[in-house]
Amino acid sequence: MNFSIYDFTSFNQWIDKFLNDNLPAFWAIAVEMVIIGVAILLFYALVGLFLVYAERKVCAFMQNRVGPNRVGPYGFFQTIADFIKLMLKELIYIRNADQLLFNLAPFIVIIASFMAIAAIPFAKGLHAIDFDIGVLYVIAVSSLGVVGILLAGWSSNNKYSLIGAMRSGAQIVSYELSVGLSLVTIIILAGTMQFSAIVEGQANGWFIFKGHIPAFIAFIVFLISSTAETNRGPFDLAEAESELTAGFHTEYSGIKFAFFFLAEYMNMFIVASIAATVFLGGWMPFHVGGWAGFNHIMDFIPPFVWYIGKTFFVIWIMMWFKWTFPRLRIDQLLTLEWKYLLPINLVNILIMAFIVLMGWHF
Amino acid sequence: MKEVINLPVKNIEEEEYHINMGPQHPSTHGVLRLVVSLQGEIVKSLKPHCGYIHRGIEKMCEKDTYPQIIHLTDRMDYLSAHINNHAVCLLVENALEVEVPERVKYIRTIIDELNRIASHQLWWCSFGMDMGGLTCYFYGLRDREKILDIFEESFGSRLLHSYYTPGGLMMDIHPDFQKNVKAFIKYFRKKIKDYDDLLTGNMIMQLRTKGVGFLSKEDAISYGVTGPSGRASGFSCDVRKHHPYGVYDKVDFKEILGTKGDTFERYMMRMNEMHESMRIIEQLIDNIPAGDYTAKMKAVLKLPAGEYYQRVEASRGELGVYCISDGNKTPYRMKFRSPNFSNLSALDHISRGVKIADLVAIGGSLDYVIPDIDR
Repeated sequence: MNFSIYDFTSFNQWIDKFLNDNLPAFWAIAVEMVIIGVAILLFYALVGLFLVYAERKVCAFMQNRVGPNRVGPYGFFQTIADFIKLMLKELIYIRNADQLLFNLAPFIVIIASFMAIAAIPFAKGLHAIDFDIGVLYVIAVSSLGVVGILLAGWSSNNKYSLIGAMRSGAQIVSYELSVGLSLVTIIILAGTMQFSAIVEGQANGWFIFKGHIPAFIAFIVFLISSTAETNRGPFDLAEAESELTAGFHTEYSGIKFAFFFLAEYMNMFIVASIAATVFLGGWMPFHVGGWAGFNHIMDFIPPFVWYIGKTFFVIWIMMWFKWTFPRLRIDQLLTLEWKYLLPINLVNILIMAFIVLMGWHF
Repeated sequence: MKEVINLPVKNIEEEEYHINMGPQHPSTHGVLRLVVSLQGEIVKSLKPHCGYIHRGIEKMCEKDTYPQIIHLTDRMDYLSAHINNHAVCLLVENALEVEVPERVKYIRTIIDELNRIASHQLWWCSFGMDMGGLTCYFYGLRDREKILDIFEESFGSRLLHSYYTPGGLMMDIHPDFQKNVKAFIKYFRKKIKDYDDLLTGNMIMQLRTKGVGFLSKEDAISYGVTGPSGRASGFSCDVRKHHPYGVYDKVDFKEILGTKGDTFERYMMRMNEMHESMRIIEQLIDNIPAGDYTAKMKAVLKLPAGEYYQRVEASRGELGVYCISDGNKTPYRMKFRSPNFSNLSALDHISRGVKIADLVAIGGSLDYVIPDIDR
């Protein structure tokens, strides 16, 4: 076995070979599925816990506070303590709520984010499933979460929840367009929708640098619209604490609330990883075409570290504007999308197509 | 067939639904209940329900002596506690025709203005939070803390001070008072720029507040909307200018008047008032005359029989105190004209037809303190 933190391909092949040698083909695949499922679940929980901690620290930093610093070193175990508390808390039974949908909604939200994470390449070879339509799959799956939010709002039998859910529906349906179209801009440049191929295509420079100004515009548009799509930050109209108390999850308590909470952070992680993968080269180290020595030095930093670094950079930007901007109003939110982002995006695609046609990109 | 389809659609469009904002709701800043009729997101009308924190202060006044009443006025608008105290003190002093020492007048004016700044800082925090910018809260509270520290140093309490007594002050100011106030003004002039950077200049904030929640001058007068909210509509109602008390007639300050009367104008009124208050304090702080901190008063104060009215400019508007005395040591009847109650009455008029998010912003810009509404 040839294990290296720079390339997980041979490690994966070794596991596959080992299982196939010892088990019938069907069981080998079954065991592989379980391993991948458990691995993703663990990763999901760890990232979720860490992001909650990170958000609290970043928010404290923005607000002249210290943030959690009591439980464990630097308050690192605070979120674990919180999670245990949420698990043990009473699940409040809502009379006159649609019990089936009410209980189903958090699972839909969390499954949507869970499915999206499967298609994201974390490092070379560290990739649960490598579709040739990976980008399309992620867009499709991540927008399933809105069904859960709508159900939660509808079934709670609460007017605040309903308003929140309706807002969220309008918002996500609108911003889905911008997310998709800004990714299309890069797909034109990359010529593929497969994540691994997109990352490989950035070996001699990240797309945000290769694609001239259109790629940069697409990155900004993606950042704005993906923040809106995850219901965060100046776009958190679905929750809108000061107007709707907690929006669609007003009536949820305990672990069901934690599911929504976790899903929000995971959605943020997913859009940040897509931004990192598509615009900033994913796990690909920072390479400049032609500078072999420089590129070689950059290669010493493991791909996983690059990936995490870039993803958290994007997450940090998203947290930054959550904690500094006031919230938009619903009509302004839709105006921003339909009157500004969408036309900009469409023109941007044309420009990008033109650049690619003329071969002006690097 | 067509009718069958059309019928329910028509009903849905016409149907309004009501939501209860409050008594426990993040946007009402207390236990106020607003029954809002909504059509989708649009506010059709709203009905404020008061009384959740009614403590019968006016009735309690009838069995308390005048020095005791001062302690009750703290509990009305707790964010401008000094100014409320000032109203009752002035009423008693004017009724008894007591001449208070100049020093007292200076100190009262300075502390009133400090209190006004502290109140506006807290308003700024909560307005930011109503708009969804949670970070504002911590910036505002951080700076308010400095004022509270000054208060605490001089007379021990931070929120409900009861520092003024009929005829003067409870005790003299701390020797460091002047130094600390000057240091605070220097500090806050720098920090108020942060406020502008964080919220005033923010494009989202301006988009959301400009042209929203319009209140005309005529309506402001007829609803009795006073204070910064009334002045934003161009209603010149600053008691400090029109009926000066303390040493307001000796200082140079502008009555800031707006023209537009929208939420943003109301916001700017308060931001500018903080600058004006700092100017007033700067003019007075070095000139506090030496002297006694209280006039000679009788042990038991008995107002001559008759009716008395005194008004002051509290941080949210005009606070009036109306008192009927029958010559006893307790008033026969005490009535407070609280600014927030009148300001709240305009809320329905202002917020018809706006989105529910704007209702919260308008409520924030009117800056109501619920205990002052209910008393």
